[in-house]
Amino acid sequence: MIKTDILIIGAGPTGLFTVFEAGLLQLKCHLIDALPQAGGQCSEIYPKKPIYDIPGFPEVLAGDLVHNLMEQAKPFQPGFTLGERAQTIKKLDDGTFVVTTNKGTEHCAPVVAIAGGLGSFEPRKPPLENLSDYEGKGVAYMIKDPEVYRDKKVVIAGGGDSALDWSIFLTDVAAEVTLVHRRNEFRGALDSVEKVQQLKNKGKIKLITPAEVIGLYGEHRLEGVTLQKTGAEKEMLDLRADSFIPLFGLSPKLGPIGDWGLEIEKNAIKVDNTLDYQTNIPGIYAIGDVNTYPGKLKLILCGFHEATLMCQSAYQRIYPDKKYVMKYTTVGGVTGFDGSKKEAPKAVVKKIE
Amino acid sequence: MSDIKIKITDREGVSHEVDAPTDMNMNLMEVVRSYELAPEGTIGICGGMAMCASCQCYVTSDHALPEKSDDEEAMLAEAFNVEENSRLGCQVHITEALDGLEVVLAPEEL
Repeated sequence: MIKTDILIIGAGPTGLFTVFEAGLLQLKCHLIDALPQAGGQCSEIYPKKPIYDIPGFPEVLAGDLVHNLMEQAKPFQPGFTLGERAQTIKKLDDGTFVVTTNKGTEHCAPVVAIAGGLGSFEPRKPPLENLSDYEGKGVAYMIKDPEVYRDKKVVIAGGGDSALDWSIFLTDVAAEVTLVHRRNEFRGALDSVEKVQQLKNKGKIKLITPAEVIGLYGEHRLEGVTLQKTGAEKEMLDLRADSFIPLFGLSPKLGPIGDWGLEIEKNAIKVDNTLDYQTNIPGIYAIGDVNTYPGKLKLILCGFHEATLMCQSAYQRIYPDKKYVMKYTTVGGVTGFDGSKKEAPKAVVKKIE
Repeated sequence: MSDIKIKITDREGVSHEVDAPTDMNMNLMEVVRSYELAPEGTIGICGGMAMCASCQCYVTSDHALPEKSDDEEAMLAEAFNVEENSRLGCQVHITEALDGLEVVLAPEEL
């Protein structure tokens, strides 16, 4: 069981800045994120895009902002559970919460801060009627263990980097790789596009474009897919397949957090914005894009503010008897849990002869 | 202030004629959100970067819209329920030339 003071769900900019603000109050943080890396949308969707409304940064790339936030948080030694989605929450008799991920990792903390942004990123599933019937029986949305596909007939759908890269990779493993895409053009790294072209020329990848998978069949497990050409001729064809892997990127879903008994409005968690961004369950806060209140703006800078006020409230909750006043970092410096100390250089008082 | 009229059919099939300002640097996705014609959190998820397809719509009038950018093309190549007349609302800038535009919101991806 991982124990911490503030358990943060979501390692985007708001979650990362929470680590810093909590650290100033000597509170330890641990973050859970469904993505394999920190940074949330900034890292996953638009790392190379500029942001112009971070105070003090006339222009900053989303990826650089995340890098800076990680640096800022570093002295406070945050723990991370990455690549796992927060699944369930349970309140113990002593008032602390236990949050368990989809992989069974348990975390315990007196305060939970949901900084979940738009939710956890889940694979986008094509709208095929019986798709879910074959999940785990030939249909997968991500490739965890390539060996599963050894000597199998695999159909991959999609036109982006992951579709290209996995098609390339699986040619060495699978018996047959077919790549289906709705367009003739692929969007991906030039290397990958050229490699697929070579493998196609060598007959190692069967490329079917422009086409779409429109049906799946098989008695107990997937036995094949039905394709429809989407160009001039709309011919249909059946293709024997042991596996179908649709790779259409990720989209955020509020997910299991929506079932935690929190008040939800407009796909976001209602909080008390007059005070501390607490939800209807005392001890659970929601900050950043995931929350809503009158006048809410989904801006990173608003998330930073919300995180700061939330930490003050969390401190009071954890140490109800302690007296505390906010101290400026310029005055108090920053003392990390790692023993590092940053402070303003002292002025010298010295007589000039 | 110069407003144009746009007819938007929501995901329930109800049609709305709305005024859209041309002087507010708005796009079609933002117009839909400002009139709350689709629930918050189901449209404009990426904020307008052509990186999700939650604002996909079908253009049913014969307005000549500006060409799709590479980003929009690429996203529509990955999106579901795409038709010949599909566009991403966030990439359709509101200008006077779009007066009388008619669009139907594409179904929400589940």
